[in-house]
Amino acid sequence: MANDNLKRLTRRHFFQQSGAFGLGAAALASVLNQNVFGADGLHHPAKAKSVIFLFQAGGPSQLDLFDFKPKLNEFDGQAISDDIVKGERFAFIKGTPKLLGTPHHFRKFGQSGAELSNLLPHLSTIVDDVTFLKSVSTTQFNHAPAQIFMNTGHQIPGRPSMGSWLSYGIGSENKDLPAFVVLLSGKNQPDGGKSCWSSGFLPTTHQGVEFRRQGDPVLFLSNPEGVAAETRRRSLDLMGDLNRTHLSEMGDPEIATRIASYELAYRMQTSVPELADLSKEPAHIHEMYGTEPGKSSFANNCLLARRLVERGVRFVQLFHRGWDTHGNAGTEDIVNKLSMLCHDTDRAAAALVKDLKQRGLLDDTIVVWGGEFGRTPMNEARSGSKFLGRDHHPRAFTMWMAGGGFKPGTTVGATDELGYNVALDPVSVYDLHATMLHQMGIDHTRLTYRSQGRDFRLTDVHGEVIHKLLA
Amino acid sequence: MRRLVAVVGLALWLPLVSFAVDFETEVRPILAKSCFGCHSATLASAGLRLDSRAEALRAITPGKSDGSKLIQRIIGAGSEKRMPLGNKPLSDDQIATLRKWVDEGAPWPADMSAKKHWAYVKPTRPALPSVHNGTWARNPLDRFILVHLEKEGLHPSVEASKETLIRRASIDLIGLPPTLKEIDGFIADARPDAYERVVDRLLASPHFGERWARPWLDLARYADTNGLEKDRRRSIWKYRDWVIGALNKDMPFDQFTIEQIAGDMLPNPTNDQLIATGFNRNTMFNEEGGVDKDEAFWENLVDRVGTTSTVWLGSTIGCAQCHNHKFDPFSQKEFYQMMAFFNNGEKLVEDYGDTSQKYLEPQLDLPTSEQELERSKLQAEIKRIEQGIKTADLSREQVQWERSIQAARASWKTLIPVSASAKNGAVLTVNKDGSILASGPNANAETYVIEAKLTVPGITGFRLEALPDASLPRGGPGRDVYGNFFIKSFQVEGMRIRDAVSDDGPVRFAKPADQLWGVDASRDDARLPRQLVFLSREPFDVLDDRSVRIEIRQESEFGGQSLGRFRLSFTTDSDPAAVAAISAKLRPLLEKPQRTAAESKQLADYYRGRATSLKADRDHLKDLRKEVEELGIASTLILRERTSFERPSTELRIRGQFLSKGETVFAAVPAVFNPLPESELPNRLGLARWMVNKDNPLSARVAVNRIWEQYFGHGLVDTSEDFGTQGERPSHPELLDWLAVEFMDKGWSMKAIHRLIATSATYRQASQTTPELLDKDPYNRLLAHGPRFRMEGEMIRDVALASSGLLSLKMFGPSVFPPQPEGVWDMPYSDDKWTPSQGEDKYRRALYTFIRRTSPYPSMLTFDGTSRESCTVRRIRTDTPLQALTTLNDPAFFEAAQALARRVVAEAGPDQRARAIDAFRLTTGRVPKASEIDRLLSGLEKERGYFEAHPTEAKRVGIDANMAAWTMLANALLNLDETITKE
Repeated sequence: MANDNLKRLTRRHFFQQSGAFGLGAAALASVLNQNVFGADGLHHPAKAKSVIFLFQAGGPSQLDLFDFKPKLNEFDGQAISDDIVKGERFAFIKGTPKLLGTPHHFRKFGQSGAELSNLLPHLSTIVDDVTFLKSVSTTQFNHAPAQIFMNTGHQIPGRPSMGSWLSYGIGSENKDLPAFVVLLSGKNQPDGGKSCWSSGFLPTTHQGVEFRRQGDPVLFLSNPEGVAAETRRRSLDLMGDLNRTHLSEMGDPEIATRIASYELAYRMQTSVPELADLSKEPAHIHEMYGTEPGKSSFANNCLLARRLVERGVRFVQLFHRGWDTHGNAGTEDIVNKLSMLCHDTDRAAAALVKDLKQRGLLDDTIVVWGGEFGRTPMNEARSGSKFLGRDHHPRAFTMWMAGGGFKPGTTVGATDELGYNVALDPVSVYDLHATMLHQMGIDHTRLTYRSQGRDFRLTDVHGEVIHKLLA
Repeated sequence: MRRLVAVVGLALWLPLVSFAVDFETEVRPILAKSCFGCHSATLASAGLRLDSRAEALRAITPGKSDGSKLIQRIIGAGSEKRMPLGNKPLSDDQIATLRKWVDEGAPWPADMSAKKHWAYVKPTRPALPSVHNGTWARNPLDRFILVHLEKEGLHPSVEASKETLIRRASIDLIGLPPTLKEIDGFIADARPDAYERVVDRLLASPHFGERWARPWLDLARYADTNGLEKDRRRSIWKYRDWVIGALNKDMPFDQFTIEQIAGDMLPNPTNDQLIATGFNRNTMFNEEGGVDKDEAFWENLVDRVGTTSTVWLGSTIGCAQCHNHKFDPFSQKEFYQMMAFFNNGEKLVEDYGDTSQKYLEPQLDLPTSEQELERSKLQAEIKRIEQGIKTADLSREQVQWERSIQAARASWKTLIPVSASAKNGAVLTVNKDGSILASGPNANAETYVIEAKLTVPGITGFRLEALPDASLPRGGPGRDVYGNFFIKSFQVEGMRIRDAVSDDGPVRFAKPADQLWGVDASRDDARLPRQLVFLSREPFDVLDDRSVRIEIRQESEFGGQSLGRFRLSFTTDSDPAAVAAISAKLRPLLEKPQRTAAESKQLADYYRGRATSLKADRDHLKDLRKEVEELGIASTLILRERTSFERPSTELRIRGQFLSKGETVFAAVPAVFNPLPESELPNRLGLARWMVNKDNPLSARVAVNRIWEQYFGHGLVDTSEDFGTQGERPSHPELLDWLAVEFMDKGWSMKAIHRLIATSATYRQASQTTPELLDKDPYNRLLAHGPRFRMEGEMIRDVALASSGLLSLKMFGPSVFPPQPEGVWDMPYSDDKWTPSQGEDKYRRALYTFIRRTSPYPSMLTFDGTSRESCTVRRIRTDTPLQALTTLNDPAFFEAAQALARRVVAEAGPDQRARAIDAFRLTTGRVPKASEIDRLLSGLEKERGYFEAHPTEAKRVGIDANMAAWTMLANALLNLDETITKE
């Protein structure tokens, strides 16, 4: 049965159906000698190899962090003009809301003169490596649909997420690790749940693998109590022998695939704990990120993200939840809560960019920071609340990128003088996706998958690459 | 890319022989997809139409592809832009097809629109094909398979061994492995119909319904929670049980259909018929705070149209939500006409309090008659007590209560500080009234230290009052931007504090949460003096002349939230808490000599809620309500049509966007299908009956195809979710039609189709394959051998539990919570906990496991189970290392290994060999070969040796070295490819 023909088929079968993490369509194309992508296996030369998406779930307030609007401070407390909000749907605001100036202080930083609030002291030290995008808008104004939209390009669960598309399209550079890893911090998972890293209709191999906050970093990674590595090895040898005997009987290449999957699982049992162990990082790195090994935090996840892309993981998706600052309580406002969130995230996010840069990884890695929508220029004042807070605002918000061929020290886009609408260079979620894929060497109109009778893509029928963002 | 994608994700069945190009199946789909958008009757861009031959000849020279403009433009020859404009170029294959077709003379049906896509033409019963090896066929379907095999020069495989057959049939029909006794019985049964008897036994088993409910529940997107952000629990398990029951009693598919789509509209519907309408209530329900209720409901309707069309029509009508379907004959208007059928159900507006509203559709309570009786008794009692509380005369009691509070207030003495200082920079000033005011630096962590003399004997309580002051932010008692404060702890030297009570109720003193006390004084009407009373364990005093130290510690993660103005006092009264017996808001009313009527009522209502004389009644009421809750009356979600005489309607949405309303459209079925019969009303019931009208070209085909898919791994139509022009063509079109007609003619009996398939010679073939066969037909679409593929996640769990003897066969009831790792449930707006079930519910079939949409049971998800957020027709089978980790290490699977080890040691006698054989049979269903037994035993010996040398590990894995070795052997057997595969 060790016939060349079977070997060939087995190999093809393995690449098509198995969970060898390292394989996306590009790798497959090379195996099958199909020139779907160009010579280097992509649509065009890639600028970046990996993405780290620092997703700030809940909707960070762009007006208190990035997008300074002196007019808003000037008109603080005055009712917004009816013309602006007529017919608008808000999540919670009722009646005619009042404008709300920022209680925080803005200053210009760096050569580029990017203006940031005092809540982001660490980001302000790296503004010249960052591309600020102040003109993003989304179509969704509630958390779950907006998060699912930002992550999958559609507001209803069931479509593949960005990371899944990349896993499917180009796979991982490291065949012992998943192409797409998800790291959570803050209280609980994001509102959109596991749909935010679902593989949708793509094979589940491309689903984001959640590195857990407690217990094994990957579910069921550890052997049961009392089962030593050598015991497991012997047990895999036994299974392997019996499976091979059966393969020679049945001729089904699926059996060979299974044997390979078990061997990969065994290798992961070593590679993943080594990867997840932050304790061997030097003190100055811990100081830089604010990490504490063994604790679950955004900082630890940032450092872990660096270790993942160092090892060739394609897409690392962080979620930090809690940015929903409605002002319906003193603990949910843009004064106390927002300060705390920045305290928990600012240092590590900036450290990640610095650390990637000092290791020469920033050029190959796209770091993206942003949430599912922004917040209103008006005070929400739900049920007459006196706490300062803003409602969900899909029309205009800020995100930032660093590395991966994005133009450093630049600001793209602008909002009107109240920060209500985009005034310059509007960018949709689809555009953002198209641009990210572009940097990864993928034409977003050509990465498709047939499901339910049609070819789907991350950007649906939309999306333009925003060249202004790119170096 | 297109070709590649097909290879990666789905099986691509490559035609093996080359025939003349067929316009309908090969050319038209290319034109429809890439050309008609601009070049058909509607647009005729550049004056060119490609939807009629006469018009198309302007761009086609029959017989000469090189000279045809059509070909030149699609290959991008010359200087003109390559077609299709603005889209990706046609693939090499597509171009080759069009070339070949033009070279063959561009044959074209006389009237293109007259020839419908095959799936929209009602199936008729084809004649049985003649075959050479007629004796091989056991029933008609085999002939349809055989005729293709013979055409390709292939031969069917031999029949599978009896061991393989009984395991295969058991897995397929009931989702459980055969017992050793069943295997032995079958092997010993020499009757010619022994196998048919096995199939009949399995078809009659109550577990048949459980196994076949699983794919149906994927279609119905059945789950135990609402999905999306809040993802709260719902109760709809009665629907799941209804499906199991209906399948078990072989409810005809037409009735099965009608009851699920419109059971509520049948005359005098039974509870079961109402429960069945849960099919469409399985849509998600967005309870997020700021949702637009009409849009949320509309999303449900969109899902209902899409799901119904997919499940019964195998059609992607859902694609027409935003625009006319690009490939199939469904207009956008028809999408909304379908939606109208579902837009006439009852719904109530529910106010969620946080300024948002939702629509609630009906729920059906299903009490047993005893529960009903008990509930009405309890409710009568509840009503009686409520009435009593409402009418009790409390006026005299209230006067006494008011007096006692006044008296209590008089017993407090203000503490006059000797000194007041702060550890972290704040400046404390003592006012004349004894209150202390903070100013200056406002640190995140600040401790106030007050020193005073306490020379009064027998102090029983201490009081901290927080007082508003104009000098503080917003005039509040605290120092943060809103005038609020939080204190972390409070200590008085020499006082052992027992508890603390504020005037807004008790404070968690013994187990404080993050902060001990804080108030929201941000609103003008909430900026009131507040008090917190500390109760001493025993009366205390410090009679000598030294000062006593009082410390108020404050620390906030948000920063700067210390007290702004406060006052300390103490009492020797025996009931210090009495002073806090009224809320801060109402306290001023006590002193008011002349209350308005509204104020009097406010105070009286407040007192009624806490009157001592009514405490017994209040407690009783609480108990009674709990008793009603504890009756555990089942309920389920249903549809109930509104009573109306209007034709159901809805508004078209331009570009599919909820906010862009278009014309009003009325319920109607798409024109490409058989019309709604005159006898049917255009409502949901009419739609249901139309689906299973014998003129409907799709429902029978789609249904039998899905059954086929479960047995063979691929449907006759591989894209079982899409029978439209973009779907795959059937591999055996005549067989599909024959089965569909047979299905209808046999009264829509699903079990009849199962029996046909399970007893066919095709199904009974051995599943060995050869390199030649793999090369020719890698996905076994021709069925030259029997099916062999990995089982679904649910079966893998059930087989492991069954092999080890742990499985509970208990059927029906609320969903259960088998053990799941900590932290898997991690939801944003819920502290809902996964509390593992006890007893046999730990080991129920996977079908009964609770499904939370945002966090499904992890091992099912790893094995391609879905989150049940939307309709899933087929799960794509993957093979990943995460699956290996699950079956190797998931405690549920390891427990099964331990149980299997115990089972063979206990049941197979002392002989190691006999034990190994039993273990192997329990997992794979067959007797191992001698070489396999040797390998098992040598592995076992090695393990035993190891565990003897490592007794601590042995103890953790099994009881001793012997059991540990058997456990590792069982763990390996449960992970064999053969164990988790249907062979």
